[in-house]
Amino acid sequence: MAHTGIASTQQYNYEIIKKFAVMALVWGLLGMAAGVYIASELAWPFLNFDIPQITFGRLRPVHTTLVIFGFGGSALFATSYYVVQRTCQTRLYSDWMAAFTFWGWQLAIGLGALSYMFGYTQSREYAEFEWPIDLLIAVTWVVYLALYVQTLRRRSQPHIYVANWFYMAFILATAILHIFNNLAVPVGLFSLKSYSLFSGVQDAMTQWWYGHNAVGFFLTAAFLGMMYYFVPKQAGRPVYSYRLSIVHFWALSFLYMWVGAHHLHWTALPDWTSTLAATFSIMLLLPSWGGMINGIMTLSGAWDKLRTDPIMLFLITALSFYGMSTFEGPLMSLKSVNALSHYTDWTIGHVHSGALGWVAMVSFGSFYHMVPRLYDTRIYSTRLVYVHFWLATIGILLYITAMWVAGIFQGLMLRSFDDYGNLAYTFVETVAFLHEPYVVRALGGAFFLSGVVVMAYNVFMTVRQSRVEAAEIEAKLAAKLARA
Amino acid sequence: MIKHESIETNAGLLIVLTMIVISIGGLVEIVPLFFINDTVEKVDGVRPYTPLELRGRDIYQREGCYLCHSQMIRPFRDEWLRYGHYSLAAESQYDHPFQWGSKRTGPDLARVGGKYSNAWHVAHLNNPRDVVPQSIMPNYPWLMTTDLDYSDVQDRMRALKKTGVPYSETQAEYDRNVAKFGADVADKLDILHAEENLMKQALNNDYDGQRSRITEMDALVAYLQVLGTMVDFSRYDEGYFAEFR
Repeated sequence: MAHTGIASTQQYNYEIIKKFAVMALVWGLLGMAAGVYIASELAWPFLNFDIPQITFGRLRPVHTTLVIFGFGGSALFATSYYVVQRTCQTRLYSDWMAAFTFWGWQLAIGLGALSYMFGYTQSREYAEFEWPIDLLIAVTWVVYLALYVQTLRRRSQPHIYVANWFYMAFILATAILHIFNNLAVPVGLFSLKSYSLFSGVQDAMTQWWYGHNAVGFFLTAAFLGMMYYFVPKQAGRPVYSYRLSIVHFWALSFLYMWVGAHHLHWTALPDWTSTLAATFSIMLLLPSWGGMINGIMTLSGAWDKLRTDPIMLFLITALSFYGMSTFEGPLMSLKSVNALSHYTDWTIGHVHSGALGWVAMVSFGSFYHMVPRLYDTRIYSTRLVYVHFWLATIGILLYITAMWVAGIFQGLMLRSFDDYGNLAYTFVETVAFLHEPYVVRALGGAFFLSGVVVMAYNVFMTVRQSRVEAAEIEAKLAAKLARA
Repeated sequence: MIKHESIETNAGLLIVLTMIVISIGGLVEIVPLFFINDTVEKVDGVRPYTPLELRGRDIYQREGCYLCHSQMIRPFRDEWLRYGHYSLAAESQYDHPFQWGSKRTGPDLARVGGKYSNAWHVAHLNNPRDVVPQSIMPNYPWLMTTDLDYSDVQDRMRALKKTGVPYSETQAEYDRNVAKFGADVADKLDILHAEENLMKQALNNDYDGQRSRITEMDALVAYLQVLGTMVDFSRYDEGYFAEFR
């Protein structure tokens, strides 16, 4: 790749990708550190220290926002700009629009995290941003959409590559979800507080239509876009099945939007809605696994790469976790299973097998592929990539097994009766039981976080190495010119 | 029969078709909830929050209580024994936003109102382990020491009124509330007397045990004490609410 390096920095806007990639790591470190901290607060409540800004209730949205939108979002901006330019063989339509999306997005994340710590929240999960930040996000997103579409239209290839369909669907769906879920009436022009336009059952339905599709489009479709570019690239082989990618794309986009109400089983939401959502959740297994198979089978005939290439290891492990959590999801959407699992840590474990196992792992793999190419060099240390891989994998396994134990046992304890038909356990007895799983979970999180620290060091050294190499080349050139 | 190639080579077509495909699910599942009458049960007693309860609810949201406490009891035997009658949609009809929650790190609070004394709540919020030794809930000592800011409570009620909550400003709106909720409740929903009502409720009930001041603790406990108490379930047949599900 080295020989195309200088040409491609001029041909493509790599600067914006570098910025987003760096910020993805920064938010990832902060957000995961916040995650480890709040996990520890649940194990050892004295860690709340009676400081309002760092109590669990205020810090939890900081964690979710920084990892989903800070880390995940910045990784998506970075890779989508990389993929759209490479596959369309054209430069981003506008440099100022790209810069605008960068500053708008970073500002929203930073302000959001601070505002939760100081008590400003819409109290809608994953949509806690208050209304002025929502407006900032909306404007940023429209610019992102316009920039992406205009870049697609400038492509010098007749076909739009499949990765771009997924990125496109993610941008469109996120726009719709964000706008409709954040309809609210502010208390005043100079008040940060607002009240949701909808109430009760309609509000709950809107929120979980948003909430689950934040998972479906932000954390799945978009990362599938990442998968469709980086897996074939790293494997050096074409996507396993073109036909499967078409079926997978349309089925996934259609089905996901129906399933949000499985978060509201057995609630005051009418049965028809949650039954419909459960039905579609089961159907969703098909396109999800279609995508997984398409990704994993891309490696068919080149399985030996798993022995020699840690980046491939990241990508294929990510797809395996994707397959596992998209099997677990439909299972948990069954009403009988949900009756036990809902409101427990099983849900938290499920989210993290998707978020750590799929979203983060596929991003790490893609970054290890992309960053050296952005800086026209090689990765500083392949050994450290392996170290990162094992820290992350051990961390995830500790995390999700702890949460399975916590969730399933708490669910069983809460519904058990003694011989006289009385409740066998009080609520707080189940809380006491959770202490050990919570300690293991915090430990799992710490493993995962330390993996990202290793990655950040590796990326930092890679960038430094590229600067040294560039300086050496320049010195050689200067010497040559002086001789001539 | 169009070929998929024509979509892949046309960005506009790809966008339009994607928009259609992703819009259907939400339209089918959300829009009818606003129009099917049986979605929210017909039941007496549910009223908007008083100014003090409203400020308490704002504090409940600010502290992120919803992240560990649900307000949605499911129709299961263990939940019935632990928390009471399953929650109705009608009971959260004035909740902007809803506070059903998604996780029970602590117990459900949908019917916590009246279960414990004000003094218990104050002790529990100050340091949960004083009354529940195994609790992992954070302490909230600042609620007791922070005076409640109710300078903008009228603006808050006006904003909620715009979303459809029947707080009153005009005589006609007040009369409508009298007809719907009775005069006692209608008085408390009057935006023009909001501050006065708030002070009256805080001083009369003295939730936080500090008669000299109105603190955030007063507001939060007032809110907790009203949760799930509005519907008198003894007035309805067992099967009545099932008709709406």
